[in-house]
Amino acid sequence: MGQRYFGEPIRRTEDIRLTTGQGHYLDDIGAGQPVLEAAFLRSPHANARIRSIDIADALDVEGVRAIYLYEDLAGPVAEPLPVLIPHPALTAPRTPYALAKDRVHHVGQAVAMVVAENRYLAEDAAERIVVDYEVLPAVASLDMARAAERHAHDDVPDNISAHLLQTVGDLDAGFAKATHTLEFDLHVERSASTPLEGKGVYAKWDADDSSLRVYSSTQASTSVRAAIAAKLEIPLLKVEVIAPDVGGGFGVKIAHPWPEEIMVPFAAIRLGQPVKWAEDRREHFISASHERGQDHHVRVGFDDNGVVTALDVLFYHDNGAFTPYGIINPIITSTQLLGPYKPGAYRVDFYSMYTNTVQVTPYRGAGRPQGVFVMERTMDKIAQALGRDRAEVRAANFIQPDEFPYDQGLIFQDGRPLIYDSGNYPHQLTMLKDMIGWDSMGERRADAASRGKLLGVGMACYVEGTGVGPYEGAHVHIQTDGTVDVATGLTSQGQGHQTMLAQITADELGVPFEKIRVVTGDTRRFGYAVGTFASRTAVMSGSAVALAARAAKAKALRVAANALECNENDLEIVDGVVQMKGAPDTKIDLGTVAVLSNPLRYAFDKAAQAATQFQGVDDFDKPPVAEDDEPGLEGKDYYSPPRSTFASGMHAAVVEIDPETFDIHIDKYYVVHDCGRLVNPMIVAGQVHGGVAQGIGGALYEKMEYDEDGQLQNASFMDFLMPYVTEIPQKELGQLELGHQETPSPLNPIGVKGAGEAGVIPVSALIASAIEDAVGFPVDSMPISPNDLYRLHERFAAGELPHVERYAASPSAATRARRGAATRTKKSADTSS
Amino acid sequence: MKPAPFRMYAPHTVAQAVATLAALEAEGQHAKVLAGGQSLVPVLAMRLAEPGHLVDINGVAGLDAIDVSSAGVRVGALVRHAELLRHAEANRVQPLLSQALNLVAHATIRNRGTTVGSLAHADPSGEMTAVLVLTGGSVTAVSVRGEREIPAAEFFVGPLESSLAADELALSAFFPAAPAGAGTAFVEMARRHGDYALSGVGAVVIPGPSRDEGAPTISVSCGFLSVSETPLVLDLSDAWAAGEDSVMAVVRAAIDPQDDIHASADYRRHITGILAVRAIREALARVREEQAA
Repeated sequence: MGQRYFGEPIRRTEDIRLTTGQGHYLDDIGAGQPVLEAAFLRSPHANARIRSIDIADALDVEGVRAIYLYEDLAGPVAEPLPVLIPHPALTAPRTPYALAKDRVHHVGQAVAMVVAENRYLAEDAAERIVVDYEVLPAVASLDMARAAERHAHDDVPDNISAHLLQTVGDLDAGFAKATHTLEFDLHVERSASTPLEGKGVYAKWDADDSSLRVYSSTQASTSVRAAIAAKLEIPLLKVEVIAPDVGGGFGVKIAHPWPEEIMVPFAAIRLGQPVKWAEDRREHFISASHERGQDHHVRVGFDDNGVVTALDVLFYHDNGAFTPYGIINPIITSTQLLGPYKPGAYRVDFYSMYTNTVQVTPYRGAGRPQGVFVMERTMDKIAQALGRDRAEVRAANFIQPDEFPYDQGLIFQDGRPLIYDSGNYPHQLTMLKDMIGWDSMGERRADAASRGKLLGVGMACYVEGTGVGPYEGAHVHIQTDGTVDVATGLTSQGQGHQTMLAQITADELGVPFEKIRVVTGDTRRFGYAVGTFASRTAVMSGSAVALAARAAKAKALRVAANALECNENDLEIVDGVVQMKGAPDTKIDLGTVAVLSNPLRYAFDKAAQAATQFQGVDDFDKPPVAEDDEPGLEGKDYYSPPRSTFASGMHAAVVEIDPETFDIHIDKYYVVHDCGRLVNPMIVAGQVHGGVAQGIGGALYEKMEYDEDGQLQNASFMDFLMPYVTEIPQKELGQLELGHQETPSPLNPIGVKGAGEAGVIPVSALIASAIEDAVGFPVDSMPISPNDLYRLHERFAAGELPHVERYAASPSAATRARRGAATRTKKSADTSS
Repeated sequence: MKPAPFRMYAPHTVAQAVATLAALEAEGQHAKVLAGGQSLVPVLAMRLAEPGHLVDINGVAGLDAIDVSSAGVRVGALVRHAELLRHAEANRVQPLLSQALNLVAHATIRNRGTTVGSLAHADPSGEMTAVLVLTGGSVTAVSVRGEREIPAAEFFVGPLESSLAADELALSAFFPAAPAGAGTAFVEMARRHGDYALSGVGAVVIPGPSRDEGAPTISVSCGFLSVSETPLVLDLSDAWAAGEDSVMAVVRAAIDPQDDIHASADYRRHITGILAVRAIREALARVREEQAA
């Protein structure tokens, strides 16, 4: 197979359209046509009983077509929304009703739906609905949830939805072996995906056909389809769900079905007219999903070299008011916390807690940033306790390149063993240290000091399980004009899937890139899919597309061999032409092969006319389409991995702190990333850079500010501080350096690992480390603002916080580390002999 | 996020605009003037205010002038921040204009938002409100009763509250020229580039005649934003003469910052002292540059 496209930084075919206003997003669907619009009345209280709802005044608003309350629902649609991912440890799962029944559990929960001639009128009417609430005390924070004096749900008195304890190895023995132990608390705040396009749903009922077409700004169109079919009791094949252009997802749009995804089709069917709802920004803040809030307590035992002999982590995870996505987030935190390290023994115990706040479901990174924050802060604290270099302590704990596949002994998010497939962490660390000049920061520190600034450097390492199953599929269809249609069921939110999947197809088939059209997330084109999350598109759909293309190619060669009266092994496809290897004049266009593959050959086009010259060998005793054959030149296949593939990354940053104002500035950011083989390095770089930007948001700016009544104080982009481009290091200005290491995955046919979430994962950990390095006192809670840093400094000045020293790598320690690596290599060599 | 119903008026002349405002006032109707809309429109969209009437002055002729004289800069009600920012002559006469305007939100907002509109909004965290008070400027208001000039010190009466009457239109603002030989600077600290400042300080320093034969006397005044209910100006000449620590102490004692989700009052008080010193240093550096040139 030629490799003309795979691995090349090909420009994204999506971009001209998306950057020149030609994108077609949810709110563009039905524009200019008579479409009814919906608005939802949402709870103003965090915890309340609904005594009564009066819609009489609202119905008087001119242009209102319908107002729906819970009492209008019957059958499956009146049941609570599903728990998508149950787990034995999730003993008290709770999900909302599509419209609140008699109880609301967070500010923003949908209570009533108004459908009107336009959104303005719908909002006018919603404002006139009178709801009589009995307001109850709210559980507005993890601390309040743990105190359990207030109850987020009446029937969950301890506010605990799930409790899970996992242990690997002998913890007591590990602590007994330790020559040092440390114990400390760490805290990560809530943030959210905040895609620039919120959610949205458009539904159109075709009464002639008894069928429903739904567009949703979703990351999982096939599952939304199944949910709508089940909830509204419509045969699955009478429901189509299409994800149009989607303006970002970052995880929040993998949760489904949202109340609106059920209620908008419900109204469209009832009213016999298309209905649309496009979420506004305030709605997104108070009724979509958040993530990240966790409190950790860590106990760690280690030896004089910093090697961790025992790690004991207890944490509380804020799951908000509902658990539609199960306990995926805390499971990921608890397992991915380990990163590239192999502690002697590990115990992790978590409680997932209800609060009367917006529900928590995965946001890019999905529990990993918290786990990495905990592990990397732990590494820094070990280095501090031993007076050693931070990189050195990390290296002492790495899984070594000859230890793969490495079994961490835990069960991962996909319910399968946490076994790392491949990686090379020591080399990755060396690359990063060289990139930064880790061991020679003196000059830069002096330069910063001369400008009155404090300079700090921090690093963090992570391992990321990507490409979780169970499967994705793809369909490759070679047309008679030589173009190729590719379809995969998972969705796109702007990542460049059309480009990346076309690159894979082009190389597999031997067809020019420009001849390939890719469709994603359209249930009319591909019915079985899981969705876009967990950095899985390149791994899952990329592999499925490769396999489907191979199937299509095999058939093309077979049909062509028949036409050219030769052996198919002697044929190859080059630039869309099937030709004899070594004798390229014996050839046939792939489009012509497509014509030949179909015995019905009406000469609609030139390709069909050309095909008549190839008679092939006909056996008149056989049917025109053989028993095990099909007309047409298509390939369809699925890829289902045994388990996830594990990407890795190591990031570092140099920060400057203003010692008077405590302003925090990221001077330079460094990434060494390993996601196996790169399909398109430019797209990977963009994914990593974008992830870093979101990570910086989580480290320095973003925080959901709930007051003690459960009111979100900053439900707008004015007060929820998503970083601007001015806050993010720019690659073009030399502020961001990106390096790649490629350790291919042995698990999939194209050797790739996921890259979508990577950038965001370690940022809080390394920014905390860098700030600590600059200011000389501990940073154990993120995000951190200048105001927070000032307050920590006040406490430090009052003697309430310890001094954090700076330790460089010692030449003798470096020698020790090398000797240690040599010993390990020798040991494994002994075992194998 | 769709505004409640309102009636829209599009006058072509100032006379029509103030007549409309007067008629609505007489009927007891709640009306707002719409210029750039950068503060008003989000407030309407979030239904934080539901005025029944909007008087859109964007079609009123003659309100978009920037008049520069040796006395100062007069800015019409429809002059966008961006136009004033790039007006070289205006900024030569009063450099604080561009020094502050550079920190007003973002380019897209400055392209639409008006300087006079931001004054009428009377937000104590607005840069231009601080500049108007620091420079001793004024606002000219007009109604069916006629025109009046309101000195800056009397214009801002509370957070988001000006002394404009309900039927009055802010016609223009006047920013006096910087005194001869003066140096100015404007510094602020915001969470993100272009955000409302956690604190901000504008400084005007004027070197005076030598006192004795030693150091010259220096007049130092600073205007503050985001740390008081209305824009605050302090004469810091004596404090500066006593040293930077003295400036910080005087400033921190005089301001009254509030806690919010972005910063505590303590922190705001702390940084405002530092920003004041930095603004004065920067303004002095400009004086020295001028003198050297």
